[in-house]
Amino acid sequence: MSTRTGGEGSARIVRVASGQGFWGDWLEAPRRQAEGGPIDYLMLDYLAEVTMSILQKQKERDPAMGYARDFIGAVESVLPAIAERGVRIIANAGGVNPRACAAAVRAVAHKHNVSDRVRIGVVTGDDLLPRLDALIASGHPLANMETGEPLSTVRDRVLSANAYIGSVPIVEALARGANIVITGRSTDTALTMAPLRHEFGWAADDWDRLAAGIVAGHIIECGAQCSGGNCLADWRTIPDLANVGYPIVEGRADGTFVIAKHPHTGGRISVASVSEQLVYEMGDPKSYITPDVIADFTSIHLEQDGPDRVRVFGITGAPPTDKLKVSIAYRAGFKAVGTLVYAWPDALAKAQLADRVLRERLDNLGLRFDHILTEFVGVSATHGHLAGEPHDPPEVQLRIGVRGADRASVERFTREIAPLVLNGPPSVTGFAGGRPKVEEIVAYWPALIDKTQVQTAVEVLA
Amino acid sequence: MKVRLLDIAHARSGDKGDTANVGVIALEPRWYPILARHLTLDRVREHFRGEIDGPVERYELPNLHALNFLLHGALDGGGTLSLKTDAQGKVYSTAMLRMVLDVPDGEARAAELPGVTSSPSFTRSPKE
Repeated sequence: MSTRTGGEGSARIVRVASGQGFWGDWLEAPRRQAEGGPIDYLMLDYLAEVTMSILQKQKERDPAMGYARDFIGAVESVLPAIAERGVRIIANAGGVNPRACAAAVRAVAHKHNVSDRVRIGVVTGDDLLPRLDALIASGHPLANMETGEPLSTVRDRVLSANAYIGSVPIVEALARGANIVITGRSTDTALTMAPLRHEFGWAADDWDRLAAGIVAGHIIECGAQCSGGNCLADWRTIPDLANVGYPIVEGRADGTFVIAKHPHTGGRISVASVSEQLVYEMGDPKSYITPDVIADFTSIHLEQDGPDRVRVFGITGAPPTDKLKVSIAYRAGFKAVGTLVYAWPDALAKAQLADRVLRERLDNLGLRFDHILTEFVGVSATHGHLAGEPHDPPEVQLRIGVRGADRASVERFTREIAPLVLNGPPSVTGFAGGRPKVEEIVAYWPALIDKTQVQTAVEVLA
Repeated sequence: MKVRLLDIAHARSGDKGDTANVGVIALEPRWYPILARHLTLDRVREHFRGEIDGPVERYELPNLHALNFLLHGALDGGGTLSLKTDAQGKVYSTAMLRMVLDVPDGEARAAELPGVTSSPSFTRSPKE
């Protein structure tokens, strides 16, 4: 095993750097993390709730696809760090096809003549799609966690079904010497907790330390969103966002850690910036449930540890449940959103009249939708009536969306926007984008399954 | 005295299905007790009346000087179903910060709260 960056003994530090907070995040970030200073692990999180279904559609068209293709470029940009400095990569880039992702990574390593220094670990077992009918038949209803409905009500429209898996298979891949670990639907937090658990040998029932690893993962899983990005506190004074530094966990064996970033990077790491990320997408703070442990976010303590460093300590955890969450995606009809911009004077009144005219025309055409939503951007789109009455704004964007099961109706709606430019209220512009696109809705169906029904597997490709 | 939440707290929001969560964090630790006492479930429910379809939940995180609110039925179905600009509830945070709290003068002085608001037009409660 390579030497860790932080020396040996109880003061040993293991650095896990975040290089991607979602599929579509900054392409520069992985390379900057690998080259900007010492790190041991580069953690890349690619999967959001509906990403799996997009990947499943791609795999149906081409059996060699179905993974986050950005990852291949990211690996290529950090190959010197992997091959020469022993940096290891952990990513859930495998999507619904981790083996195809691994093959693409091997091809890139081969191209750069470093195949002998790349050992790819592939984690599988999260994909439940092939077993869905058998699971339902054997008494696993996969009921929607929000509505209670059994999955059978939408079974024929299901596109993908993946269990959120935890740190265990990633730790196994690392223990077997993998230096690039590719998973499917791992939890975002496991990607950070697993290397800490592996390095420090935390036991499977060491709830407090496992919970600390999960909290570290939560803080860095959205990339720069804890290091100055999207930070409201004192936002005007956050320096050099153009050069923002992505976060690095400096972990210790006792479960305490520091959130830091490389020198000479922008952004800010403060108690305020880390606190904002901690509360992001939070439910009951006492019960942050993961496959490995339940973390108590009311136990987290933060203190500034010098410039752009925040120390995190005091974290406690509890045994997990006997269930895994399952992310299921299903086809749920069609939608389209159209926009037009109305100018001063009386921009809002013009946009409101256009909305009434459009709705009357949709009605006269006999089109029926499950839902029509009108927003007035610049007036009330984000804060509704809380924004109060506008003071004759220079322009207002009319934004109107429809949703329904019938594609033809949604398609017809998209043809009703442009005519308003010539046959509706005056002072209208902003139609350069053309006719709105009809989009198939792939909706998210969260469910639970007994842990005993999910067996993960690890392959390490020599 | 009237205290703008914007002057004593910062916030971040996100989504889980059709629920938006809003974490509200005191800008100074000594202001957290003001949030804990005055940013109540009833006040937040009233603030968002007409904007959300479901109930509100409230959690305390004294360790982070923060409160977490779950606003159910806030995202027009949420995720990919939603037709809203803010389908993922990213800016419910600042909608929350429009609130104005009524804090007894003595309490506000003791906590060294920043200045009294002089712009009542900054926000409107739904009843105005």
